[in-house]
Amino acid sequence: MILCETIKSKMEAIRSEFPTEQALLLPLLHEIQAKEGWVSEGAMREASEFLHLPLAKVKEVVTFYTMYNRKPVGKYHIQVCTNIACFLRGSDQLVACFEKKLGISCGETTADRKFTLSEVECLAACGTAPVMQVNNDYHENLDESSCQALIDRLS
Amino acid sequence: MGNGLGKELKKEVELMSELFLTTKDQIPDSHTISVYRSKLQGYAGLEKALTMTRDEVVDQVKKSNLRGRGGAGFPTGMKWSFMPKEPKHPDGSPKPKYLVCNADEGEPGTFKDRLLLNRYPHKLIEGMAIAAHAIGASRGWIYVRGEFYQEIVILKKALEEAYAQGFLGKNIMGKGFDFELSIYRGAGAYICGEETALLNSLEGKRGEPRLKPPFPAMVGAFGMPTCVNNVETFCSVVGILRDGPEAFAKVGTERSGGTRLFCVSGHVEKPGVYELPLNITLRDLISHCGGVKGGKKLKAVIPGGASAPMLSAEEIDVAMDFDSLMKAGTMAGSGGVIVMDETVCIVEAAARLLKFYEHESCGQCSQCREGSHWLARLFHRIETGHGDTKDLDTIARLCSNMAGQTICAFADAVTGPALSSLKKFRKEFEAHITEGCCPLKKPGQKAPHFLEHHDHVTL
Repeated sequence: MILCETIKSKMEAIRSEFPTEQALLLPLLHEIQAKEGWVSEGAMREASEFLHLPLAKVKEVVTFYTMYNRKPVGKYHIQVCTNIACFLRGSDQLVACFEKKLGISCGETTADRKFTLSEVECLAACGTAPVMQVNNDYHENLDESSCQALIDRLS
Repeated sequence: MGNGLGKELKKEVELMSELFLTTKDQIPDSHTISVYRSKLQGYAGLEKALTMTRDEVVDQVKKSNLRGRGGAGFPTGMKWSFMPKEPKHPDGSPKPKYLVCNADEGEPGTFKDRLLLNRYPHKLIEGMAIAAHAIGASRGWIYVRGEFYQEIVILKKALEEAYAQGFLGKNIMGKGFDFELSIYRGAGAYICGEETALLNSLEGKRGEPRLKPPFPAMVGAFGMPTCVNNVETFCSVVGILRDGPEAFAKVGTERSGGTRLFCVSGHVEKPGVYELPLNITLRDLISHCGGVKGGKKLKAVIPGGASAPMLSAEEIDVAMDFDSLMKAGTMAGSGGVIVMDETVCIVEAAARLLKFYEHESCGQCSQCREGSHWLARLFHRIETGHGDTKDLDTIARLCSNMAGQTICAFADAVTGPALSSLKKFRKEFEAHITEGCCPLKKPGQKAPHFLEHHDHVTL
């Protein structure tokens, strides 16, 4: 069971905030991902049963939003913004630096399942570009040496 | 070159304006209710609003000439006045009215809402409570982009504090006014910044924009009359109620009052969020941010977030209010100013933006789904030296088949960078085609990552 009592009680706690049950879908998927690291087929099925929704309604939501991982990711999910503002301030060098240091390309996970590297669109922190997100945390004003240091610290 | 904004032209801009959204010096712990109340006159605006009738509050906002800060620049007071007074179900029972805050900040180049959520979450809550009173809403949601995890943590704490001190919930400030407010976390979709896509997302669905009419004021969240405003709009309302609409209206221009948070990024010495009057010129704004980085020459500026058509270095003597920028053929949008210096290849910059739009098109309308994909490939092809002169006509033709042809304004947004870059820097496009490579790249220089990993199509 992916939908444990903790997740279920969290959903019950916010149920009264919404006029429909379907509105709980995004929060529920966030909880599932926080626990599992990704949203599996099995998790989607459990979510559809819990919220009394057709499986297709769950699947179409999971596939629409980029934050829901549809395959497992590493312990640290490094998401580098490469949109225009970060691009102008050197995000390309950061991506190259991570690819070299981790020996993987964007979209891949290291063999020890420690790091996943992704390229993402604007994170809304352009004033401190280039930026990236590692799991839930923003890292800003980056350069190659700060990225190297971060990987060394997390490795 | 008189238009370069190098060090020689750096000048101090006279900043006479008072601030409505931020403070000159950062106040520590401004996110807590105790500091907000003791140092920032917190909840004084709400207190005043609750002594007025709903119509009086709407009138105050109308008088302030506040225009929505999310991108469209629609007059806020007017938007509020569109909300039905006593909506009823067919059986005669009253319909609830909802209030939604759009905190799905995602327009490339925009990062002001993040600052407001981090430092002044109570200002947003206060602004929303004022708005809820004005439109008669009993419940509201703050839709925050999913990536803003830390901001959500701060906001949650602020909501708890506001409930505990009686600024939310039942019988607010003892005035018999009830308003429930909670957070909804998005999950990574640029299109959810479009208000009807946001409403679908809030209902637990795919964030696809809805056909309008009906507008959200009639059929909004969960089918009920709903008003959606941006974070900065709500925060601006607080100062308007507290200090009176005249103080706000006298800053800015005749048709758009107040200060605005300008988000300056790219090649400037001091990127960041700056609260400035709306009538500041783009030239002065760039100067205020220390001028172009490294004293280089300015090449182009995107003045209102990625979707706003670019301006060339010759066009920066324009005021940053909604009307002036529209007259200049671009838009004030979300206040995201992206500065590009002389080293930037415009084709490459536009190609990067189009890759973004290709990724973010929701896919409902074929013109947008196919068009954004096709444009991204065309720009890719030109930048990598495989372009053809007829591609330039294709770009223009594609754009004319997209703008105004779809359910929402996303397709129009795509054409912003595509058409403006081509129109203003056509020679650069032609040079790529005739030279068969990017003329700004040094021999042997590596192509950027996004070009390497995405193929262009043979048309």
